[in-house]
Amino acid sequence: MNLNDAVFMLLALITIGSALGVVASKNIVHSALLLVVTFMGVAGLYFQMNAGFIGLVQILIYGGAISVLIIFAIMLVMDVEPEKTNLPSPSLARRMWGVYLVVLLIIALGASIWYTRWPLAISAAGTDELTALANLMLGKYVVAFEVAAILLLVAVVGAIILAKGADDK
Amino acid sequence: MIGFTHYLILSTILFGIGMYGVISKRNAVAVLMSVEIMLNAVNINFIAISKFIRSETAIGQLFAIFVIVVAAAEVAVGLALIIAIYRQKKSVNLNDFNLLKW
Amino acid sequence: MQNILASSWVIPFLPFLAFALIGLFIHRWPKMSAAVSILAISTALVYSVLVAMAVFSKGAGVFEIAARWLNMPGLQVDMGLLIDPLTAVMLLVVTIVALLVQIYSIGYMHDDPGFASYFAYQSIFAGSMLGLVVSNNFGQIFVFWELVGLSSYLLIGFWFGRHSAREAAKKAFITNRIGDFGFLLGILFLQIIFGTLNFNDLSGAVASYSNTAVLITVSLLLLLGPVGKSAQFPLHVWLPDAMEGPTPVSALIHAATMVAAGVYLIARAFFIFNTSPETMMVIAVLGGFTALFAASIALVQNDIKRILAYSTLSQLGYMVMAMGVGAMTAGMFHLMTHAFFKSLLFLGAGSVIHALANEQDIWKMGGLHKKMPVTTWTFIIGALALSGIPPLSGFWSKDEILLGTFASGHIGLYILGSLVAFMTAFYMFRLIFVAFFGENQAGEHAHESPAVMTVPLIILAVLAVFAGFVGSPLMNYAFAHYITYPGAVHHTPSITIMLISSLLAISGIFLAWAVYQKKWLDYEKLKIKMGGLYLLLYNKYYIDEFYAWLIKHFIDGTARLMEWFDLKVVNGAVNGLAWLTGYLGLNLRYTEDGQVQTYAIYIYAGMVVLIISALCAVFTAIA
Repeated sequence: MNLNDAVFMLLALITIGSALGVVASKNIVHSALLLVVTFMGVAGLYFQMNAGFIGLVQILIYGGAISVLIIFAIMLVMDVEPEKTNLPSPSLARRMWGVYLVVLLIIALGASIWYTRWPLAISAAGTDELTALANLMLGKYVVAFEVAAILLLVAVVGAIILAKGADDK
Repeated sequence: MIGFTHYLILSTILFGIGMYGVISKRNAVAVLMSVEIMLNAVNINFIAISKFIRSETAIGQLFAIFVIVVAAAEVAVGLALIIAIYRQKKSVNLNDFNLLKW
Repeated sequence: MQNILASSWVIPFLPFLAFALIGLFIHRWPKMSAAVSILAISTALVYSVLVAMAVFSKGAGVFEIAARWLNMPGLQVDMGLLIDPLTAVMLLVVTIVALLVQIYSIGYMHDDPGFASYFAYQSIFAGSMLGLVVSNNFGQIFVFWELVGLSSYLLIGFWFGRHSAREAAKKAFITNRIGDFGFLLGILFLQIIFGTLNFNDLSGAVASYSNTAVLITVSLLLLLGPVGKSAQFPLHVWLPDAMEGPTPVSALIHAATMVAAGVYLIARAFFIFNTSPETMMVIAVLGGFTALFAASIALVQNDIKRILAYSTLSQLGYMVMAMGVGAMTAGMFHLMTHAFFKSLLFLGAGSVIHALANEQDIWKMGGLHKKMPVTTWTFIIGALALSGIPPLSGFWSKDEILLGTFASGHIGLYILGSLVAFMTAFYMFRLIFVAFFGENQAGEHAHESPAVMTVPLIILAVLAVFAGFVGSPLMNYAFAHYITYPGAVHHTPSITIMLISSLLAISGIFLAWAVYQKKWLDYEKLKIKMGGLYLLLYNKYYIDEFYAWLIKHFIDGTARLMEWFDLKVVNGAVNGLAWLTGYLGLNLRYTEDGQVQTYAIYIYAGMVVLIISALCAVFTAIA
């Protein structure tokens, strides 16, 4: 057990723990805050996988923008005490089905992951992945890049219109 | 030793947690948050593959970036929708949005 | 000479052309239509004479020419001509009678509004009949067979304003069709078994074929065609009703040519029928029975055309019986002589009907011999020929048939044939004494017909007298020399038989004279005394009524069955399908509960199923 593994275990625990908290909590504000912790855990995992740029993007976007967005939305739609805002579904059947499907999924995927012979090819650490990423993004996949930008624009405009509501003027 | 499979299994578990949240939460915003968890799990998958399988290019990371972009856009629009619905129905309880019932 | 034979397709073609021209363009000018039609048929006659000269001169033998019409793997069908002595004889008979009938029709149909279309139909009939006799394969003959049936339908129902005419035309066509069904099945069998329908090819193939059961089946099926077309029992019912058509039509089609097509077919396909004694026996008995059956009905009929129609049925039975005992030559000979004297009789009857303003009941005629001498005496000549009085043509041909039945050992059929000969003489002269002699019931306006009608009568009378000599000892049996088949047995002529048949005919005539002219027996009292038998004969043994009952019940039953099927099964299936859809919808709608998360469960469940099944597939592939 070296440092790398220990860090992984820690990060994994944080991520999974907070994710469980998001889903289990009955207080939506708690859920939101735990969601932020989850995002940070994931960012940590990115850093550990030598994807530094992505990790930073994760912190910025998810932890910075999306989390704030979510909290704002929660504030806007909260009409009861926070303690009872995030209750699970009253239907036992639904919850049972949920558990059942999740367990099945995890077992199935886990089995396929465990028994696959992965063609591992680790490159040396320290390569400049940012340059490689930039070359891809603005080279071969520049169209996708531009389209993504447009998507964001459209989303912003759409969100504004939807949230503002239709004026009858 | 922590290897590739550990990351994949981690992402699977995270995905499962997110899936459970989508199915069994009453609050619409909570469902959105669970969807974010699922997307993050998928991203971990991409980055892990980029590091362990396709390490010569950064294609996995590129894909992860696009996923983040789309997730952001989707959260924005989704929350806007919830707000709009809340204005109408004064509730964010998913069980109340059943106009398409038979 | 080869050229004449090779271009003899012209013979059937010209009347068809006339039909097309009249039908498309010329029908506005009736006289012109008649002229075109007669021109076509007379040219065909001239050509037929040339062909006959070519065939009968120094053994030109058999001529065949064919063109491939349908060429598929496993099925080759030709269109072709086959000219042999049999064909030549038929060509002559058909063209002569058709021409005379058409000339006669100018007078008979004189003021009929359908004058032009009448000649169009006459042309298409002539073309079809001529095409039939020159065909070289079963497929082509079937085509013309049906065309002849069509022409018959058109001509029987010519006065389609009359309900009875329409019904008669339908009856003729449908009864024919029943026979044709069997005929077609037989043809199909031939094609399947032998792979060819060509007469020459088949005669070789059949000779070396050993499965007698198959041959019997096929020949019996083929026989159904002549049973329908030549009106043998039990498909005879259409011929008496066919008298609804104009009398020249009856003369041409239902006495001389179309009904003879069946006999011609038996002759042409003789090599098939000849292979099994069973089939031949069936043919002979069928023919003999029909002859007796029809003659018995003719004894008590009162309509002049009906008497002649039943007489035709009876004589056709004679021809078929001759075929059945192997006397193919005699049968064809009788076909030829019968064509001449029967058409003469019909045209004579037409002359009478025309003169008496469409009166057909013989009891309303009488004393005509004074007003219509030509008609009377030609009619008498025809009746004498039909009765078999020597030395007229009918005597020679009928005698050949009787000789054939006697000499080949069918004594029962011989006695039957002789009995029918006696009856024939009796009913024919009954007709003559009642209609042409005796007191005049008809009124004063009976007059002799115009020349355009009497001249054909005279020509036919001449033929009826002299045409028989070609098959008689006086010309050394020239007919038999040409019209024969391999393995035919030529029976030595017997004076005894000739004497017996002549005596029977004379005694029949004498009996008729005694009863109807001299009135030595009171036929009215006789009619009452024979009450039941008389009714049975008069009503044609109630066969028509039986068929009507049968059809009604068969069709009703089938219709009821079909109705049940349609309502219960077909409707049931369709309605059931609709009900099923509704039921499924009613019960499956509960899956749409409007809850997003339920739908999410559906999606995820599907996804998990897919993953697991892919996993299983991979694992089983690996294992």
